[in-house]
Amino acid sequence: MLSLGSQFLVALGMLIGILIILLASMWLERKALAHFQFRLGPMRTGYHGLLQPIADAMKMVVKEMSVPEGVDVILYKTAPFIVFIPAFMVMAVIPFTATIKAADLNMGIFYVMAVLSISTIGYMMAGWSSHNKYSLLGCMRSIGQFVSYELPMGLSVLAVVMMAGTLNLNSIAQAQSCNWNIFRWYIFKQPLAFIIFFIALNAEICRVPFDLPEAESELVAGFHVEYSGMRFALLLMAEYVGLFTLTSICTTLFLGGWYGPPVLPGLVWFFLKTFSLIFILFWTRATLPRVRADQLMSLGWKVLMPAALINVVITGLLIMLKVY
Amino acid sequence: MAIKTTQFLNMGPQHPSTHGVFRMMLELDGERVVKCQPHLGYLHRGLEKLAEMRTYPQIISLTDRLHYANAFQNELTYCLAVESLLGIEVPKRAQYIRVMLAEMSRMQNHMIFFGALGMDLGALTPFFYSFKDRETILDFFEEIAGARLTFNYLRIGGLKEDLPEGILERIYAFTDQVPKIVDEYEELLSGNEIFLARMKGIGILSKELAINLGITGPILRSTGVAYDIRKVEPYSSYEDFTFSIPVGTCGDNFDRYKIRMKELRESNSIVRQAIERMPEGEICAKVPKVIKIDGEGYFRTETSVGEQGVYIIGKGEKSPYRIKFRSPAFVNLQMLQYVLPGGLVADVIATFSTVDICMGEVDR
Repeated sequence: MLSLGSQFLVALGMLIGILIILLASMWLERKALAHFQFRLGPMRTGYHGLLQPIADAMKMVVKEMSVPEGVDVILYKTAPFIVFIPAFMVMAVIPFTATIKAADLNMGIFYVMAVLSISTIGYMMAGWSSHNKYSLLGCMRSIGQFVSYELPMGLSVLAVVMMAGTLNLNSIAQAQSCNWNIFRWYIFKQPLAFIIFFIALNAEICRVPFDLPEAESELVAGFHVEYSGMRFALLLMAEYVGLFTLTSICTTLFLGGWYGPPVLPGLVWFFLKTFSLIFILFWTRATLPRVRADQLMSLGWKVLMPAALINVVITGLLIMLKVY
Repeated sequence: MAIKTTQFLNMGPQHPSTHGVFRMMLELDGERVVKCQPHLGYLHRGLEKLAEMRTYPQIISLTDRLHYANAFQNELTYCLAVESLLGIEVPKRAQYIRVMLAEMSRMQNHMIFFGALGMDLGALTPFFYSFKDRETILDFFEEIAGARLTFNYLRIGGLKEDLPEGILERIYAFTDQVPKIVDEYEELLSGNEIFLARMKGIGILSKELAINLGITGPILRSTGVAYDIRKVEPYSSYEDFTFSIPVGTCGDNFDRYKIRMKELRESNSIVRQAIERMPEGEICAKVPKVIKIDGEGYFRTETSVGEQGVYIIGKGEKSPYRIKFRSPAFVNLQMLQYVLPGGLVADVIATFSTVDICMGEVDR
């Protein structure tokens, strides 16, 4: 057990680390999206706009945090924290390598799923308290979306957990340890679960084509339409933190975590895989239009949910027959 | 006491996808639209009144401000109306150049439509694809008329000046590319599962309703009526060109989209034909120094939105006694209150986007 002081240091390190990752992924998104669209993206601040996210963050910090008339002040002010903190809490259990990790929870993946659900309440608070019909519609959509996508996500994780026989993320990654034989990664043994998890992940962090809660062409900005300044920045950061944490969970569950052919160190493998997944999400964003709320629901309940259930059954059978 | 289960949502005039300052008052049951009431007038500049205080040639620059993405076609309608009242015969070369510009205008208008539609559906990339290509057309316009949107290039009786040297070859080279460009657009959206789910069977407009409301242009044709003023009442030598009228089947969002993509190709072929057969000669007819009109008349053309009409009443003065612009988008917008109820909020945006309006024209 670490002393309180060193625990604090670890948390601080994590916070700084995630901020750097966050700024990096913001920059990467803007650049990637721009190049998909015949643009250059930010070019003026720093080399190829490298300092742009910092400039944006500075702008957010110094902006006024307006509180519109008629809002439920307490809910309105606490909502961004309730959205941001759980997204950040997930960071605690992510094993970057066998040694670099904040906490080694025995029920790590269970903790992740549980903590992720909390932010739904934050979204609901933000949408409800804003006293705006667009944000109300946005929060209605987001709740429906989170509830219906957490189930297939949980079930797809369940298949992996059954194979690894543990809830500990560290052990799940170790179960996929490999040198050159990358076919030990669960993505090759559980391709269906990976696809379901990846789609559900996309919905969970509200990115195109599942960005309904904030659909800017329909609901202007959805649940965060009334937020400004640092509170808006927190909501935005929560989104990017979620982007990183969920893709790193995906890396741990399906892509073997930090394991890879021994040409690169583990940490590099981990970030390489995670950022590849993030890049795929950017790519999706540049390609697809947005689905409609009812289509999203029917995809979640009628396609992903049965598929995830069938996957669990098949996995169980294969384990019973000692194939896996 | 009856409990009200619907809520009222005021969409616009400040909303990212109302294409300007259009306002819809929606009554929602959850996300389902119960009633839709469009509201107009936020961009009213009194163009018709302004026109009464200007001489006939001066009004041309006002017509640029109607559908500002489509100015050549507005200018063309107005000039043709005045010319027909004065009985002026426009030289063949000017007519061909007018057709070429009108069709290029239609092409770039449909490119805006494509980009904005993608944007409204949440896909960002189509916008940049189409605006990149639209830029090429605007560059040609700039070279020809000196402006990118408000050209003031057509004159009563012909054109301001002849085309710059060598531009026809370059436009022709560009038209070679257009089919490939449109193929690329269609690859981006037409086959996309999500796009189809958002467009097919949504916002269905029946043939009868479309005719009763006086809807024209691509929206009318999407319901299966092959009505195009370029064919029905050819003007400015449109009878010289061979082109087909794309017709839809069921009048849903997808048909409205598909028709515009087909029209893009057709317009391209008209531009090619115009360049291939471009006659030599004068570019402006002999016109009286001071234009005075005594009498009244209506003239209509097919713009990219629909039937654009100009009604002029002259009392022998230098400026018209009254001028009326019939704007197609204004009439087309009527369909919203019939088509939208029963759909979802997301469909409102998609359907509204396929109506393809420009508020400058609607409010005048």
